[in-house]
Amino acid sequence: MNEKTGRLMLEVRGLNKRFGQVHAVNNLNFEVRRGEVFGFLGPNGAGKSTTMRIITCFIPPTSGSVLVDGMDTAEQDLAVRRRIGYLPESTPLYSDMTVREYLAFVGQVRSLRGEKLKARMDEMFSVCALTAMADRQIGKLSKGYRQRVGLAQAMIHDPDLLILDEPMSGLDPNQIIEIRNLIKKFGEEKTVIYCSHILSEVSATCDRILIIKDGRIVATGTPDDLTSGHKGGSRYTLRIKGDKEPIKSTFSSMGGVSGIDIESAQEGWFNARINTEIKDDIGELIFNRVVQNGWALSELRRDQTSLEEVFTELTGGRQ
Amino acid sequence: MNTVAAIFKKEFASYFISPIAYVFIIVFLVGTNFMYFQPFFLINQADMRNYFGLLPWVFLFFVPAITMRGWAEEKKSKTMELLLTWPVSDTEVVLGKFLASLAFLATAVALSATIPITLFIIGNPDPGPIVGGYAGALLMGAAYLAIGLWVSSHTENQIVAFILAWVAMFALMIIGHPVVTLKIPSALVPLFSNLGLFTHFESIGRGVIDSRDVMYYLSMTGIFLFLNTQSLGRRKSE
Repeated sequence: MNEKTGRLMLEVRGLNKRFGQVHAVNNLNFEVRRGEVFGFLGPNGAGKSTTMRIITCFIPPTSGSVLVDGMDTAEQDLAVRRRIGYLPESTPLYSDMTVREYLAFVGQVRSLRGEKLKARMDEMFSVCALTAMADRQIGKLSKGYRQRVGLAQAMIHDPDLLILDEPMSGLDPNQIIEIRNLIKKFGEEKTVIYCSHILSEVSATCDRILIIKDGRIVATGTPDDLTSGHKGGSRYTLRIKGDKEPIKSTFSSMGGVSGIDIESAQEGWFNARINTEIKDDIGELIFNRVVQNGWALSELRRDQTSLEEVFTELTGGRQ
Repeated sequence: MNTVAAIFKKEFASYFISPIAYVFIIVFLVGTNFMYFQPFFLINQADMRNYFGLLPWVFLFFVPAITMRGWAEEKKSKTMELLLTWPVSDTEVVLGKFLASLAFLATAVALSATIPITLFIIGNPDPGPIVGGYAGALLMGAAYLAIGLWVSSHTENQIVAFILAWVAMFALMIIGHPVVTLKIPSALVPLFSNLGLFTHFESIGRGVIDSRDVMYYLSMTGIFLFLNTQSLGRRKSE
């Protein structure tokens, strides 16, 4: 992942899209480099799909520009479309064709012929684990298999830029892991833009994340940047044995502690949660206090702010 | 051009995947044969003028049935979003779909060759008007199909596409018909009868191929195919 040296694959400059009164995309600016898996995150209706439709040349922007590998979508749209593989949100497929017929058709539309087409189709069958389903009608496949056909369709021409809009919807946990590995492998050399509102998915898969709300960027960075950089504080969870009141007063008086919460568990043990408002790790100090007071300790854990919390805060908790 | 061929192949095959196509072809063949042969021995003439006279009316129902799926289905199942983000120009997609529908119509019309074959067996017809009539039927069919596909690009409901295509074709047919031309100011009559889809088929049905009629059908086809590319483009400024 040479993020700094990677070639610019996608540049979005001052992008706006209005549908009548609705300002779906509001002055978006971002760029994605080669070799990145880029997470595009936001609540439903934030403008994710609209942005993807503009990048894939399905609809033009109201203003602003999109450059894919240096080419403007407004001027060289066919060349741009050749470089992109796209899986739209609802995985639209021709349900009366078989998987094989469908992939052959997509390959031909993408100017693959003869041996080359056959080789690519075989590779897609094995990569997307579709071999057993090759001669089934698409309309009769399960959601998971349809999703894989959609992915195969998007990757058959070995695109430089792969755009996936909610690729995990309807998949079971095993399939999610498979597809996640597929995306990661693809993202080692190529570029993937991954749209989702499922945060754990994005943080597990993506190198860099952009969060939008109401068509505007609210945060951007690596998953770690977003979770640690956003809020200063962290939370410590303790399992401690001793007297309740001294425990409470001791920790409350520590520097940086903003609150403490104690619940009694069984046999004299307490579960304590200490919230801090500073960036520094005070775990060692907490431990020292426990030792000085002669309490027993069976658990001490620092919970960093999760991406969920960041997301909920940034997007106004509409989820 | 290769992409047009790929789309043509896929679209043409898709007509035959569903049983509806076979039903339509059978209804078309049975209907036209019945209507043609019923008075055949009364008239006792070995020509196909009556058959070609029927075609504009039969096409009025048959062609919207062919084209109603065209774009409406793509819109409804959202496959249009994928289709139009593949590296194909709007013109290529429209052309591929149109040629596939024309090939389907030609298949149905070709299956009616039982009629001329019968005529040649039992009589001695003049082949000229028959060949001319078939050529004219395809030209007229092309114009109908272009209209039907254009209509289909405005809705995602196939039934609506069928009905609106029927209305559009009927309107274009009727403006050249005496029903209309007898009631409008006489100055407008040449304009209306020249615009009518029907008027131009009359001489073709008699086996006379006039370049004006050919030009009329070709330009109608061209105009509506062009409008079709534009109505795809309209999504761009939604």
